[in-house]
Amino acid sequence: MTERHTIVRVQDVHRVFNLGKHQVEALKGVTLEIKAGEYISIMGPSGSGKTTLFNAIGGLDKPTSGKVFIDEVDIAQLDAFELAWLRNRKIGYIFQTFNLIQVMTALENVTLPMIFGGMNNDEATQRGVALLKLVGLDKRFNHKPQELSGGQQQRVAIARSLANDPAIILADEPTGNLDLATGEEIIELLKRMSRERNVTIITATHDYKMLAVSDRVIWIVDGRIDKIEDREQLNIQVGEIVSR
Amino acid sequence: MRQHETGNSTDQAIRKIVVLPLRIALEISVKSLRVRFFRNMLTVMTLVLAVAFFTFVLVSSDLARGLWNSGDPALAQTLEKAGFDLPAPGESLASTAKERWLVALSLLVCMVGIINAQLMAVTERFREIGTMKCLGALDSFVLRLFLIEAGLQGLAGSLAGSLLGLLIAMALAMLRFGLAAAAQASPAALGLDVLAGIGVGLALSLIGVFYPALVAARMQPVEAMRAE
Ligand SMILES: Nc1ncnc2c1ncn2[C@@H]1O[C@H](COP(=O)(O)OP(=O)(O)O)[C@@H](O)[C@H]1O
Ligand SMILES: [Mg+2]
Repeated sequence: MTERHTIVRVQDVHRVFNLGKHQVEALKGVTLEIKAGEYISIMGPSGSGKTTLFNAIGGLDKPTSGKVFIDEVDIAQLDAFELAWLRNRKIGYIFQTFNLIQVMTALENVTLPMIFGGMNNDEATQRGVALLKLVGLDKRFNHKPQELSGGQQQRVAIARSLANDPAIILADEPTGNLDLATGEEIIELLKRMSRERNVTIITATHDYKMLAVSDRVIWIVDGRIDKIEDREQLNIQVGEIVSR
Repeated sequence: MRQHETGNSTDQAIRKIVVLPLRIALEISVKSLRVRFFRNMLTVMTLVLAVAFFTFVLVSSDLARGLWNSGDPALAQTLEKAGFDLPAPGESLASTAKERWLVALSLLVCMVGIINAQLMAVTERFREIGTMKCLGALDSFVLRLFLIEAGLQGLAGSLAGSLLGLLIAMALAMLRFGLAAAAQASPAALGLDVLAGIGVGLALSLIGVFYPALVAARMQPVEAMRAE
């Protein structure tokens, strides 16, 4: 593999929430770099700031201070069109609560980003069907989200995140609302996407099953990076964690 | 292998996002209206009732004016018995304070009812708006979707409501004053009343959706998704 470029760079990001009288500093200066094609897990206890970081990287929320660069472009400098383009083409999002559009079928949910991106209907449908097959939902094209199980909904969400062939997939606790076995299937699916499509995958999680598939794990505690571990360091520990 | 895209193809892709065809927006809107049929019927029913009331007031007033203008003293007497404040002979009936007050009141009812119904309908869908923005929808596209939906709802509801108001006002007037009520009325004036009802209903429906949809579309996607 050739030298991989830095696809995400986070520079001293702070995020402060104003709650009337007092303030909550959810991120207290986070700096990190992610290379194209990496599978990164952001680990940390509930309330440590994973979602806040995820939103900042994905351009879904503005940091109070600090910068986020995607492909060396400061996303705070993007205009509305460029930001929409970034969300549409460059990044695919997966949420803990799936966030499918309830009134649309599985297929329509998957094709929506393509339609937003200007693809014509026939092409989008063809691609949507192929993506749903890829995530193992061959016979559920015309089902609404309510008619699908949690695992199936998350598969639709994964297919949707792949709609426009993004360079990055951001997944915020993708297994958080799923049972153990389904969660493992979803993790395996994400790993496959990263391997076969060379997508950069960034997941926020407190699911230790994610450790085994990650290239690097970023531990975050109380709004700060606690430590960053490579796979080699991890392999030693995974045994410990699993056995305890 | 995904690499930096050349500036040129990126520009083209961005431009493609901008020109989302109206046909597709219309398609998505119609689909969304159909799927949410019962919820929409609730909004549309509010519209129908509010507009029916408004048109009813306008038409009733026009019918009374027709009777008054006929100059028939017997009809004027029935009008007075029915509770109309009669102006001095020769003056127009519509200029009485009571008439103007009634029209203003019905407009107010219309405004509160319709704007509230649309406001609620959009607020329920903040999460959907946030999700669409995550998927790369522009603010203007979100706004357009909601305006098309509100426009279609507004048109259907106002048309039905306005006709309903007309029918009820006619029927009631004929019950109270006999066939003369219809005979003395000016069809052009009644037609204008119906159009006014449709116009008011449509406009209020659009206004009611425009504000909350604009607020939601301008939010950061996460904020919109969090707002319930
Ligand atoms: N919109 C918000 N308003 C106020 N406080 C928030 C908001 N979002 C997150 N927080 C606070 O920021 C901290 C980090 O939250 P979050 O990023 O959601 O953590 P995690 O995803 O790791 O569970 C928590 O203390 C949380 O209460
Ligand atoms: Mg979280």
